[in-house]
Amino acid sequence: MLSKVRTSALEALADVADGATVMVGGFGNAGMPMELVDALIEQGSRDLTIVSNNAGNGTTGVAALLAAGRVRKVVCSFPRQSDSFVFDELYRAGKVELELVPQGNLVERIRAAGAGIGGFFTPTGYGTPLAEGKETRVIDGKGYVLEYPIHADVALIKGRLADRWGNMVFRKTARNFGPIMASAAKVSVAQVEEIVELGTLDPETIALPGIFVSRVVAVGKSARAAA
Amino acid sequence: MTQTPSYIAWTRDQMAARIANDIEDGAVVNIGIGMPELVANHLSPNKEILLHSENGILGMGPKPAADAVDPDLINAGKQPVTLLDGGAFFDHSLSFAMMRGGHLDIAILGAFQVAENGDIANWSTGKPGAIPAVGGAMDLAVGARQVFVMMEHLTKDGQSKLVHRCTYPLTGLGCVTRVYTDLAVLDVTADGFAVRELCPGLTLEALAALSGLALTATSHPGV
Repeated sequence: MLSKVRTSALEALADVADGATVMVGGFGNAGMPMELVDALIEQGSRDLTIVSNNAGNGTTGVAALLAAGRVRKVVCSFPRQSDSFVFDELYRAGKVELELVPQGNLVERIRAAGAGIGGFFTPTGYGTPLAEGKETRVIDGKGYVLEYPIHADVALIKGRLADRWGNMVFRKTARNFGPIMASAAKVSVAQVEEIVELGTLDPETIALPGIFVSRVVAVGKSARAAA
Repeated sequence: MTQTPSYIAWTRDQMAARIANDIEDGAVVNIGIGMPELVANHLSPNKEILLHSENGILGMGPKPAADAVDPDLINAGKQPVTLLDGGAFFDHSLSFAMMRGGHLDIAILGAFQVAENGDIANWSTGKPGAIPAVGGAMDLAVGARQVFVMMEHLTKDGQSKLVHRCTYPLTGLGCVTRVYTDLAVLDVTADGFAVRELCPGLTLEALAALSGLALTATSHPGV
């Protein structure tokens, strides 16, 4: 029987190694897998590279992981927020490395990893400081930058419902990076509100087919998502 | 150059109203974070304008009532929004395909500087110690069919934000099509900035002096 269901977030993350590259879904707090990030903090792996759109808000989630001193490097598009003080302080103190990636290049590099693409030419960033040192090409008169895929050891994502085969549906703008990141990691772990019986999800609305999901954990309706 | 200006600059709402007026019925528009957000308040109810948000919304609606806030329904500025009837949600890859792939009619961006060759600088002042952040600005700059910039014409110390060439780190090359400032509306043309409209009391010559640039008038004279 194929079942990707795990009984707890900690069990689902037990094998995350020191030095791992971990993708964390979410845009702001929408789609941020808070319970999984909490479990990663408890699990104890260190020297992590975090790939996420932002670099943490307030004192929870990725910010808490940063504050615990467990992150070596952040790959993201928009670290600066009104409440990104944890990242800001570590960055200014030289305690965390930053790779700033334009948002569309970030998601496309992740998509490329999941789709087996070895690199791609994108117009985004051409001629700007974020393309410095990168290979460029002019195609049909337009400038492009060569960007490479971003692979991960682990992806942490949040959906609304899953079945035991890992098929998932999402909710509103909480989908964002989730389905893409799941495809780009060796092990993708999803937290959902509820795990439902096979056949319950409308196959026409499954936004992430289970082939991209390694493990699912039901965490109930996250009260903290609204924080 | 120190004489009291004889012109009356437009307010931010007047700037926003001008932009809203220039958006055609049926257009798909991405409104950037910051000053451009005002444009949403001036969109005519007589036009159907589809707002795109980079985090996966087409057909974004206004801010919800306080008791109808949904933490899973936010805009690019992470503020709560609503979805119009006919609106759609999608993942980030598809959202940025819309942006980068030339599917948006207009992107409205704020800026630190716009150059007369259409270059824009809007993500970093390059100051040491600043936390750099770029988000989706570079994708909008290269991808939208038209890029409108909304910004003050002058910095607080009187420097023109319209420039010959940008000195701040670039966001995109040659992509800006029109600039709306508190002093004028200008098209970016092969011959530099062409003025479409001037705020009351301002002349083309005075604007050129304030901007430190040679300006032309378009064939669409304003007020």
